[in-house]
Amino acid sequence: MGLGSDMYRQQILDHYKNPRNYGKLEDPTFTHVGENPMCGDEIRMDVKLDEDEETIEHVAFSGDGCAISQASASMLSTELAGTSVEELLEMDRDDIIDMLGVDISPMRVKCAVLAEKVAQDGAEIYMGELDKEKTSTED
Amino acid sequence: MSQQNIEPLDVAAIRDEFPILEREFDGQQVVYLDNAATTQTPDAVVDAMSDYYRRYNSNVHRGIHHLSQEASIAYEEAHDRVADFINADGREEIIFTKNTTESENLIAYSWGLNELEPGDRVVLTEMEHHASLVTWQQVAKQTGADVEYIRVDDDGRLDMDHARELIDDDAAIVSAVHVSNTLGTVNPVSELADLAREHGALSIIDGAQAVPNRPVDVSEIGADFYAFSGHKMAGPTGIGVLYGKQELLEEMEPYLYGGGMIRKVTFDESTWGDLPWKFEPGTPPIAEAVGLEAAIDWLEEIGMDRIQAHEEEIARYAYEQLAAEGDVEIYGPEPGPDRGGLVSFNVDGVHAHDLASIMNDHTVAVRAGDHCTQPLHDKLGVPASTRASFYVYNTREEVDAMVEALDDARQLFS
Repeated sequence: MGLGSDMYRQQILDHYKNPRNYGKLEDPTFTHVGENPMCGDEIRMDVKLDEDEETIEHVAFSGDGCAISQASASMLSTELAGTSVEELLEMDRDDIIDMLGVDISPMRVKCAVLAEKVAQDGAEIYMGELDKEKTSTED
Repeated sequence: MSQQNIEPLDVAAIRDEFPILEREFDGQQVVYLDNAATTQTPDAVVDAMSDYYRRYNSNVHRGIHHLSQEASIAYEEAHDRVADFINADGREEIIFTKNTTESENLIAYSWGLNELEPGDRVVLTEMEHHASLVTWQQVAKQTGADVEYIRVDDDGRLDMDHARELIDDDAAIVSAVHVSNTLGTVNPVSELADLAREHGALSIIDGAQAVPNRPVDVSEIGADFYAFSGHKMAGPTGIGVLYGKQELLEEMEPYLYGGGMIRKVTFDESTWGDLPWKFEPGTPPIAEAVGLEAAIDWLEEIGMDRIQAHEEEIARYAYEQLAAEGDVEIYGPEPGPDRGGLVSFNVDGVHAHDLASIMNDHTVAVRAGDHCTQPLHDKLGVPASTRASFYVYNTREEVDAMVEALDDARQLFS
């Protein structure tokens, strides 16, 4: 069996078929939409911060995509609750691959990190550190 | 086209000329069904390019020495060979570019930016590849021209009534794919070229998916420009072709400047060299031109009509096998003379990228994505599709291997 089958372990399929936090928040602190131009997948990430404007209270995601990008968004949405914006911004590719718990074939890494990139770009735009026109995930 | 008198290909003998098809991953031999993206390269082409580098590698045109003479003659004669292959009038009408995309851009920069005016209409099709779609969309923005798209009907064919509406006296450019890289549709390009001519518009045909697998006669088609790529027709990457009618190319300004394309240069002025060199500045793709010529020799040795018959047969088989699966949606026309050798599809409940990953576990190489036709996928209502595309070396058994892999996908995602 090659990498492909290994990617589709039970946890991934479970999050794909039963996504957590799927939908939109009523009053998100920030929202961002991004695409993976390789496959046309689009993900919207809604993030609600606590009153301290630092702690992530709730994350929701919506959009269509492959099993890897959807499962990654679902897992990330649960993972981020209770962490901080700073921790979100510090996440990198390896954190996402660790979170997914499977080997991601090189051509699919972009699918895996899409939700993370969209959430990070949304956070940076919110903090005024990123010009919306210059995001790698276009809105 | 009648296939009754066409001798079938000796696929086993052809496969012997492609060592790459013997490659194995995890003990399974590769099933290469991604030919619309790039075809594999036969030994004859690799050998011709290797021979160039081993025996007569040199820069072209200006050299007096033996090696440069040999390289120059080979490079220039490759233009003659291409002209003969597609029945152009001569090397003056054959410009070597990097690929089909650059061929489109050459027309857009050289003609489009200089000639288009506000109110002019650029007529494309909904099944255009981004190579022309994005290019003309951007040129239109810069010039104030309007872009209109000929509708694709539910069967995946161009709505020719709509084409006749759009191609009127306001039309300045009509650009269409000969064979759709997503739907497989073979378009009535000669009719489109006629319509354009009747209304004083220029016609451009993107033949990237046509020249590799069917006889193409640019004089018969009658378009002003015709573009294609070497690497989709058993040739190397890094070389594409733009055919253009000589009288048009004579009038057009080059858009890339530099050495090799000039007649005379002073500190204040430059004048341009003869066709086609005027459009080929800098050191051109010499080894690639040698490879392209070898690819054409190789294809013609087999016979373009036989290649077309083989592709149609394999595509029909693939279409029928996939259509027999209850949960597969196939895009484009049903098998027949107006369908080329590729099949794009989706399996219900499985994203195309996931399907391609699972097929890769079976070492079946297919492409998943929007195939550079994002607006067409929007129209089809899907973010992506899986595409199997065939060439001279593909067999029914390879199609079977692809169809068998669908079961794994269903098991995982059901």
